Parts: sequence; structure tokens; C-alpha cells
Amino acid sequence: MVRLTINGSSIDVNVDPSTPLLWAIREQVGLTGTKYGCGMALCGACTVHVDGKAVRSCMLPVSAGEGKQITTIEGLAAGGVLHKVQQAWLDHDVPQCGYCQAGMIMAVAALLKDKPTPTDADIDATITNICRCGTFQQVREAIHAAARA
Amino acid sequence: MISDTLKISRRSFVIGTAAVGGGIALGLHIPFGGRVVRAQDGAPEINAWVVIRPDDTVVIRIARSEMGQGSLTGLAQLVAEELECDWAKVTTEYPTPGASVKRQRAWGDFSTGGSRGIRSSHEYVRKGGATARTMLIQAAANAWGVPASECSAANSVITHGPSGRTTTFGKVAEAAAKLTPPTDVALKDPKDWKLIGKSVKRLDTMKKLTGTQVYGADLKLPGMLNAAIKDCPVFGGTVKSFEAAKVRGMPGVRHVVQVGDSGVAVVADTWWQAKTALDALPIVWDEGPNAVVSSATIADMLQAGLGADQAFVANENGDVKAAIAGAAKTVEAVYAYPFLNHAPMEPMNATALYTTDRCEVWVPTQNGEAAFAAALEASGLPADQCEVYKIHLGGGFGRRGAFHDYVTQAVLIAKQIPGTPVKLLWSREEDMTHGRYHPVTQCKLVGAFDANNNLIGLHMRISGQSILAAVRPEALQQGRDPLVFQGLNPSGEMAIGYSVPNLLIDHAMRNTHVPPGFWRGVNINQNAVYLECFIDELAHAAGQDALEFRRKLMSKHPKHLAVLEAVAERAGWGTPAPQGVYRGLAQMMAFNSYVAACAEISVTDGNKVKVHRIIGATDPGYAVNPAQIERQISGSFVYGLSALFLEECTVKDGRIVQENFHTFDSMRIAQMPKVESIIMPSGGFWGGIGEPTICVAAPAVLNAFFNATGRRIRSVPLKNHGIQLV
Repeated sequence: MVRLTINGSSIDVNVDPSTPLLWAIREQVGLTGTKYGCGMALCGACTVHVDGKAVRSCMLPVSAGEGKQITTIEGLAAGGVLHKVQQAWLDHDVPQCGYCQAGMIMAVAALLKDKPTPTDADIDATITNICRCGTFQQVREAIHAAARA
Repeated sequence: MISDTLKISRRSFVIGTAAVGGGIALGLHIPFGGRVVRAQDGAPEINAWVVIRPDDTVVIRIARSEMGQGSLTGLAQLVAEELECDWAKVTTEYPTPGASVKRQRAWGDFSTGGSRGIRSSHEYVRKGGATARTMLIQAAANAWGVPASECSAANSVITHGPSGRTTTFGKVAEAAAKLTPPTDVALKDPKDWKLIGKSVKRLDTMKKLTGTQVYGADLKLPGMLNAAIKDCPVFGGTVKSFEAAKVRGMPGVRHVVQVGDSGVAVVADTWWQAKTALDALPIVWDEGPNAVVSSATIADMLQAGLGADQAFVANENGDVKAAIAGAAKTVEAVYAYPFLNHAPMEPMNATALYTTDRCEVWVPTQNGEAAFAAALEASGLPADQCEVYKIHLGGGFGRRGAFHDYVTQAVLIAKQIPGTPVKLLWSREEDMTHGRYHPVTQCKLVGAFDANNNLIGLHMRISGQSILAAVRPEALQQGRDPLVFQGLNPSGEMAIGYSVPNLLIDHAMRNTHVPPGFWRGVNINQNAVYLECFIDELAHAAGQDALEFRRKLMSKHPKHLAVLEAVAERAGWGTPAPQGVYRGLAQMMAFNSYVAACAEISVTDGNKVKVHRIIGATDPGYAVNPAQIERQISGSFVYGLSALFLEECTVKDGRIVQENFHTFDSMRIAQMPKVESIIMPSGGFWGGIGEPTICVAAPAVLNAFFNATGRRIRSVPLKNHGIQLV
């Protein structure tokens, strides 16, 4: 049994402690906005916030999440109002298939917390998520728009 | 609805769908006059395409699949344009393939590939909208006792001109649904379009921002179990044995089952438990004769095809052999293009529920009807006892269109656990090693010049895989695969843009055991590299500017030339580029659109390539949603450049070597060039959007690389030449 705090709620999950956090979130907690893409922390589709930092959850054992504040895409919008990254994504019509976008948005939200007005170089160094649809041009525009918001 | 029980076999179903695949014979009318067909929520159908709820919500039915390409929104625009509804009240839903079969394919073709989503259904979906508008107006006119000709519709409001009375679509929908539909509705002149051509926002964005979009991989059904699968790593091999007892006691494991001849699945409470047990399961494979095949043996076979006597001819004029024999100068080169995996971000998956008299499948598919056919075959049940529910795709790129191996597997697993829904999800490793790969080919090109450096002959010999031979052998033309020549044909929607007095383009078919598939752009990817890089080689050999050289060959191809001129002009071709920046050009016609690109790159240390900017132009005839077209252009460049620089699937011991993104990489935002789109619809034809532009990025960059370094790269990917994308 591992006790997790996800999106402000405490929840006990009954899994082997070596289970990746991703699968505990998806299959025990039932929040499927966080995606499986590669299982090797290569693509970033599984990005969540752990104590405010962007973390790829597919290789992190669930036990490492105990006692930490975990935020998933479902918990990003506070009080029914879109987070400024989500709003910028909406304004710029960023997603195509959308499968990678939850991870992308979580990675960008963490970046903006660290660097409220990131340069293109900051974006290049930090946002390394894979998007096979190729939304990068709109992602970059929307990051700058969110920074201005 | 139709009450007759349909008993159709998979075979008759597939043949039937192929026979009307051109989009004819659609049931745009309600089958029974006077009887209202209702959507699930009880709202009346005006016709197959349009349901209107009492609150004025307009539900537009979309038969094609949304996988990111945006045609869900574009198709809704087409219907709404003619319907004259309030765009803010539009929502969409997918009809099911089972319902379509029962209604004589009321929604036409479900197939979402070949960049056909809009271009091959624009007419009948617009007619669907126009027919519904006519009926709604008639219903209002009937209620008012006035001639319909005195009434008009706009923004979901119907107005009687002389009296100024108004009503809404929602108020007359019930009455409209009872009317006999007109059969001769006229469509608007394109110059009167208000919504088509407008960059409205996509209809499917919000859920993708909040984690609430349910993809196939996310599906949950009551009592559902989860399956992980391994298929024989060597294509064509089978399962010899497996030791289920070794893993049956592991946490959550419920079943260990064989799937067909070649697969083994573990079914557990959760997918992670299933995968963990599957990884621990001892499986012995009978790898069969293909286990000796490697990339080297395949390359040898293709190389032999380059010089083979017998080949299928696609495009021939003059006498190329004589032209080459009598040439003042010849230029010769051999190019190669590898296997590629689609690698959509969402791995293959399907969920199936089987009972003795019913089979239901939930699946992200590019072709609901093909998924339906796979469900019929795997379940052994007739069409009226099967149904497929489509889900938005987490990427398709061609992997989820012609092939439904994952549907077959899911049904075969579910059949062994009747009454329990089972979600099958592939691991990324399974996805990488069990693809339907971009075909492998090589190409030998010979150009012949006269004494005045005029190109008098061109022979292009392609050697390699045919997709149709593997996938739809019945579509071969006396053994010849016409798709091999995409972008190289003498005419049609895939026509070459050059006229050469003596021309021969032919194909020595050399198939492998590695299954080929339709990969975004299909055969234009390699054909554009072969042709457009070699044209650059010829220009260089003739001592002529790459644009000027092309112009001389393109005088009879004005639309091809127009997009090329557009990118050249925007880039300032012929004027100096910024210090250290080099340009390259490419053009092609594909999927009935004319496309071109000009790439601007710089190269440091001889091998680090920065792609600064790519200007991409397209003439798709009509541009339904320019903002989405821009996104398809820049997105296609990401897919194409990832392949050019980073991607290759190699074969060792009969199996694919690359298993995840560390060995089959994909470009990141840091490597993304600035993409400038030029959308120049010239009207009068309908071209595709999702695929055509992909093919011009790679040759434009390769030509720029030659201009930067003097080094001509003739095989893909560039990582094999020590060249990095930075």
C-alpha cells in the first residue's frame, strides 16, 4: 500500500511499490490524462508535477511519490479556470491528435514556474517532449503567449 | 431503420465496400418516408449527416476519423456551409460502421488515408447539408402556409422574407425529419462560401487540454481486464510453446492465452500487471525461414533489381536507351530509402467484448469499416451481430488504416474470455517491432545530356517493395503496383512535373518478409528524394541554377511550377542568403495537390545541420481551413525531417532491431525550423492536405546540404552519414 497525494487529494493505492507512478495514476487512481508513450522516459507523454517539478512518471516507482504533492493534467486547472498554458494552447489551437499534449502542457507549466518569460533557448533546453504530429511551431508560439498572459 | 437481418460475410463486405469506394450510391435520404430516424438521445435526424436537437444544437455526423489532421473540423465546415447553421452550435459524432452497413452505407467511405478525408467526400457531405437546409426551410414554410421559395436560412434561423416571421432549426426539426428529402439540391458557388475557407478553430481541442479526451488506450468498461501481447519477433514465425504456469500466480494475472498462430497474451486486472507477467513468461518461437534475413541481404536483393531486365513500366516516352547511348554526357546515381515505423504516440490498442452472439470493438482506427471487417472475421459472427465504436486516434499516419491486426488480436483474446471486455494495449516495443513499415527501396537514375547541356534522357529505375502486393494483391495491374510511382506518373493526381524527351520510369518489384504499409505520404517520400535530388545533380552537372534548370523542364506543368516559383520568390532565390546559410529546392505533385519547399540551412563542422527555415507552398485547389493547412504543412515537415535525419528500421535475424525512441528517434522542438506556409488554392479541383507536403522537406534539405558542403547524400537517414540535426 502506498499513500499518494494527487491533485490535492490523498489516496491509498494497493500496488507493488515498484509499479511505475504512471500506471498507479492511470490504473489505480483512474486518471488517464497522463499518457503512456514509451515507458523509458524518452517521450514525455507521462509528465506530471512532483512537488512542482516536471517528472516523467513512467520510470519513477510509485513508492518515490509517497509524501509528495503530485499534480496531473486533470489537476492543472484551478477552480474550473484553465491554467494559462491550457488557455494559450486553446487560443493557438495547438493540439493535433493531442495524445502527447497533456505531457507537453505539464512540462511547459513547470518551465513557466521556473522561468516566467523563457527565451527560445530556454524552451529548446527544457521542452524535450516528442510530438509525432509535429505541433512544435504552435507549441513555441503558445509558450510565449502564456508567458505574456 | 432497416429491419432485415443482414447476413454478410467479411469477404462480401470488403468487396462491397470496394465497389462503392468512389463515394457513389450514397443513401442521403431517409429510408422510410414519414418515419423519423432518431439519434441516441431521441433528437431527430434530418438526414444521415445532420441531427438537430430541440435546443438548436446541430450534430454533424463525420464518417472519417480524426487523428490530428483536422478533417473532423473541415468536414463539419463543409456540411455547415450548406446547412446555414450557427457554427457555434455545431458538435460532431461518429456514425458506427455497423449502422452504416444497415443503411446501405449512408455515410459512404470511412477510410481516412491517402489524404482523402475531405477531397473525396466534399460533394456528398455538402449535399447532406444542403438537403437538410432545404427540408428545414420546407418544414417552416409548411407551418406558415407560405411557399418555401419565400423563405431563407442563416445562422440556424429561418426567415419568411415577405412577413419577416422567423423560427429556428430546433423548432422545425421534427417536422423537417418527416419530409421526403429533395434529390436535386444545388450546391453553393465557391465564391459564395462563408465558412469554407475560414480558419475556424478546431472542434476537438478542449478535451485534449484537460486530460478528459478518452483515447483507446484510456478506455474503461465495467469488469474490463487488460491484455499485453507479444507476437513472434520474426514476421511469419509462430508460437512453439509457452509456460503459462510460470506466471499464472503473479499478481493480478487472470489468463495466459495464445492469440492466433503467432501471439501470446497475458490478461490481468491491470495492464502493468499483464505486461510484468508477459515479460516473465517463457515463450519459445518457431521463427521459420525468415530468421536468416538481414538488412544486408535485403539491400543485396534490391541492388540486383536495379539492373534487372524485367521491370514494370509506369511512365515512358521516346527512347531512353538510345538517348543515353548517344548522349554527350551522362550522370548516374543510386539512392536508397529505408524501412520506417509510424510510431504514433498512442501505441496500437483495441478493446473487445465477445459473447456467443455479439462482438463489440472500441478502437482508434483510420477506417471504421476495415476495423468492422476485422471484427467480423475474427469473431466469426455476421455483420448484424458486430459493432465497432470509433475513438479519436492518438496518431495514425497510415498505421491504423489498412491494418487491424490489433483488432483481430483483441477479438481473438476476448473470444477466449466470453462476456468480459478486454483492452489490449501494445507496449512501445511491440509497436516498434510489429509495424507495417514504410517500404524499402533503392533507385538508380541515369540522366543524358546533349552537347548543349540539354537534358535529353532520364531513366529512373526503382527496385524494392510493393505495398499493394502485400496488402491488396487484387489491386495490382497485371502484377504491376501503380502506387509505387506516386509523383512520377505521366498524368493524374500523382503526376510528374517535368517533361523530358526520352523518359523511362520503371519498377523492379522486390518484396521482403517485412510487411510494408502506408506511411504518411506513402511512396512520395522516397520518390521525391530520388527525383528532386537527382534533378539537382543534373542541374549541377549542366552548370545551371537549380531553379532555372527546372523551369526549362516544367513549361508544360504550370501548376507544379507555380508553387515552386512561390517558394523561390519568398526565399529570395537568386539573391544572397544570410552568411553561412544555404538553400535547397524541391517540388512534387501528390494526392492531387501541388507542393514545393525551399529549405534554408547552415552546416557547422561539416556535419551539424541547423534547418533555419522551410518555406512550404501548396495548391490544393480549395483550402477549407487555412490555419489547419498551415499546421499540416509544419507538422508534416516534422515527420519528414525526423525520418530524414534520425529514423531507420533495420533487420537482423529476421526481426526489426529498433525497439523504442532511443534507437528510433523523433525530432524535438529545439530542432524545429521556422515554417512559413504559402497556401495558394487555384480552384477547380480538390487536393489532399495531410500528406503531400511531407515529401518536399527532405529533398529540399538534402539539396541545401549539397549547396553548403558539396557533399551529395544519397541514402537516408543522415545519422548513418554522421550528420546530426541540431
